[in-house]
Amino acid sequence: MDFQIAAILFQDGLASGAIYTMLALGFVLVFTTTRIIFASYGDLIAFSALTMHALQEGQLPGTVYLLIVLAIVATVVECTALIRERGYRRIPWALLTWLVLPLLPASLCLLAQGTELHPAVLTVLTIALVVPIAPLLYRIVFQPIETASTLTLLIVALVLHYLIAGLALLFFGPEGIRTAALLGGSVDILGATFSTQLVAVVVAAGALALSLALFFNATLTGKALRATAYNRNGARLVGISTRRAGSIAFILSGAIAAIVGILIGPTVTIYYDSGLMIGLKGFVGAVLGGFISYPLAAIGSILVGLVEAYASFFASSYKEIIVFLAVIPIILLRWLTAGHGVEEEEEEHA
Amino acid sequence: MTTMVDRNPLALAFASKYKIVLTLSLVGLLGLPLVLASFSISLLNLVGIYALATLGLVLLTGSGGVTSFAQAAFMGLGAYCSAFVTLRLGLNPWLGLVAAMILVACCAVAMGAITLHLGGHYLPITTLAWAVATYMLLGNITTLGAHSGIGDIPSISFAGMSLDKPEQAHYLIWGLVILALVGATNLLSSRQGRAISALRGGALLAESLGISAFRVRLMLFVVAAELACVAGWLFAHTQHFISPSSFDLNSGMQILLMSVLGGVGNVLGAIVGAFAVTLGRNWIQDLLPSLGLDAGALEIVVFGAVFILLVQYSPRGLSPLLARVLPARPKPSLPKLSSADRLDFSRMKDASDGSHPLLKLEGVGKRFGGLIAVKDLTFDVHRGTIVALIGPNGAGKSTTFDLISGLKIPTSGVVSFLGRPITGAPARELIGRGLARTFQHVKLRSNMTLLDNVMMGAHWRMKAGFVSGVFGLDGAEEAKYRSLALLALKEVGLADDPYRLAGNLALGQQRLLEIARALASDPALVILDEPAAGLRALEKQALAALLRHLRASGATILLVEHDMEFVMNLADDIVVLDFGSRLAIGKPAEIRNDPKVQEAYLGGVA
Repeated sequence: MDFQIAAILFQDGLASGAIYTMLALGFVLVFTTTRIIFASYGDLIAFSALTMHALQEGQLPGTVYLLIVLAIVATVVECTALIRERGYRRIPWALLTWLVLPLLPASLCLLAQGTELHPAVLTVLTIALVVPIAPLLYRIVFQPIETASTLTLLIVALVLHYLIAGLALLFFGPEGIRTAALLGGSVDILGATFSTQLVAVVVAAGALALSLALFFNATLTGKALRATAYNRNGARLVGISTRRAGSIAFILSGAIAAIVGILIGPTVTIYYDSGLMIGLKGFVGAVLGGFISYPLAAIGSILVGLVEAYASFFASSYKEIIVFLAVIPIILLRWLTAGHGVEEEEEEHA
Repeated sequence: MTTMVDRNPLALAFASKYKIVLTLSLVGLLGLPLVLASFSISLLNLVGIYALATLGLVLLTGSGGVTSFAQAAFMGLGAYCSAFVTLRLGLNPWLGLVAAMILVACCAVAMGAITLHLGGHYLPITTLAWAVATYMLLGNITTLGAHSGIGDIPSISFAGMSLDKPEQAHYLIWGLVILALVGATNLLSSRQGRAISALRGGALLAESLGISAFRVRLMLFVVAAELACVAGWLFAHTQHFISPSSFDLNSGMQILLMSVLGGVGNVLGAIVGAFAVTLGRNWIQDLLPSLGLDAGALEIVVFGAVFILLVQYSPRGLSPLLARVLPARPKPSLPKLSSADRLDFSRMKDASDGSHPLLKLEGVGKRFGGLIAVKDLTFDVHRGTIVALIGPNGAGKSTTFDLISGLKIPTSGVVSFLGRPITGAPARELIGRGLARTFQHVKLRSNMTLLDNVMMGAHWRMKAGFVSGVFGLDGAEEAKYRSLALLALKEVGLADDPYRLAGNLALGQQRLLEIARALASDPALVILDEPAAGLRALEKQALAALLRHLRASGATILLVEHDMEFVMNLADDIVVLDFGSRLAIGKPAEIRNDPKVQEAYLGGVA
């Protein structure tokens, strides 16, 4: 392997690493605020790419149907809960947030059917269609079991992947797609040539990390999320709604997934069930951060991207195996560096 | 009074009903191949195979409190290993099984050794990664057909007969399922089974009873993997064709669904879950195309939805329902106690050589960074006395308790017990040395009987291991310690119905039960963490009476307490802590009149 190949592989690794970083940030964001290891996260990425593709082809994306179904279910669940606790006055607000708001992009999409749209409009529309899915899933699936153990939440999140991948198969069909490139060509930076795609991905990851840092440190909502992550009961005692914090975390993670989907759509072939594999790699990155540290998760993800790029050169059919088995030494390392006290875990409630 | 259970005609009727149900199901399984079509038997065989893999998960999740997504991967490993041994080496399938079990044991031990030290979600995450990696690895084995799979795997032969037909394989598969069920039931009611239950809901109780949480979890993880391995072996040699897709993450999730659907609280849940999922899947595959829908996609959607609804509305699966319908396994009959029978406090008597104090703290201190929680604490606990460690909130009582019970390591000073230093010894070792404890927030296993809860205390004194538990070879030891536990219950006045569930007791009685558990460990010293907290006046009196009774029997007790009133009438010596230092030490009357103590408690004397 000469320097040139090594450099190309490095670029590749960096590009995927930047993608996994964004995913890992989403994983950590959701886990710290809700204790959910959101394993079905990758599906949102697949949805985003598939939606973008359908819009570019002038078809009605299946996401529209998914959104309608989820919005109706969530509204029914929320209103039933409100009626049961006699919170009738909050019903109009519930209808607005859980029914009208998610249906807005869906109806826009239905109205715009057949008209030629600018790529930028398509991008915005895709994001608007994908983002609501995350909080809707949170409301329907996770909020009723918010006190369950981390383990139960993880199992449910994994099962959820199969459920929504199945729906994706129904709505989008089994064909793999690639979206039309939004950015082409290459740019010269300091004498070296980088593809525009790579630059866009790295810039997006950097911007995301920066805005998350700003959000958590400079806004009240961000601080409320941090408080929830640090101590749920404590946060509740000072008047922070952990459910609201959870919804916000899911909205943010939905936005990250939508952006990632649009970014990788032109370079990776996406199938209805590609989400799990892509998501799992961000997940491996997040594991390095122990699911709680953002900077460690970012470093871990870039490492995953690089390992993957070099492994695909040296042992391409074993590339995935190498990436996933990398979890084990990482966990071993964490064990060696962590304390070994007897820790009391949450009691399973029967 | 204690013979109520075995003389009760109702109990006898249930005992025989249990046997009737058992016999009927055995006969049913034997007779099924005679009445059912071959296709149904094949399906039933598949149920049996998945029941084995699910049983492993039920044990691991339901009892050990950890889960694995890798059951299907271990199945695949077993199937492929045996396929290699039979097809490429030309050996007998039984040798294939041996090879597969060795391979799976090595993998499971290695994986468990790495991840089981870490609590929480590390094991599931590792098994997830492992499951994905195994699936891809199997797809890369070109000599075994890579991703397209491999066929012509020979049948298993048993007693000279080749089990080619599903009807023949049925007996082997279900025979193994029944063996596994019996073994699992035996295991759960043995010493190791109690250790598993002690672990559920946190490792603190288990460690304080001398149980290594790591070893118990490792044992369960390996057992689960081996059950999956046997299932994979059966799968390979009855389906005669295997491909990696039978053992992908998807299949792992399906086994998980089976365990949750059946209910992880009951070993029979494994069969129910495997039955429901396998048959349900078959039914959906028949139904959906007739409705004009794509079966492949919707099958998983239906399963996913069922699963999520189940977790939301019935997190314990179908097993509570099952437990209500089926008669319970009869409880072992209780030994008869005469009124003169007493618990033998052998170590309390051993410790009666009076040359040095039982427990000695010399200059013990603990800092957390800049915070000094305990400073230069010195006091002794002499045999046959009750010593109380008291102090206002934040005085360092709990830290001192943790320093003695081995949960925290002092930054300075020495704690000696029976004349030997125990500073820095892990909590797990102390019970064997004669130091037994109770918890401020009662730690009992509420769905277990009083007797089982107390027998946990005797864990370190008993010997039965995994093998004798599974094969039920521990009868004599169990009987011996059962009567010992009953005597411990008698000491605290809870012996009238030892088969009650601990969760049904009031808080005051639960505290007594914890003391009985401590007594069952044959302690030289019992340390009690705020035993009177949250008790009503009458319950406090009963507790004080019990502690006096134990002292009269020769017991030594150290209690950490908040309630001044409670200790004044009870303790022989009182150590008062304030801001981490010893404020006063002496007899209750001296403490009562000590102005420094009055100031600390009442905020100054006028």
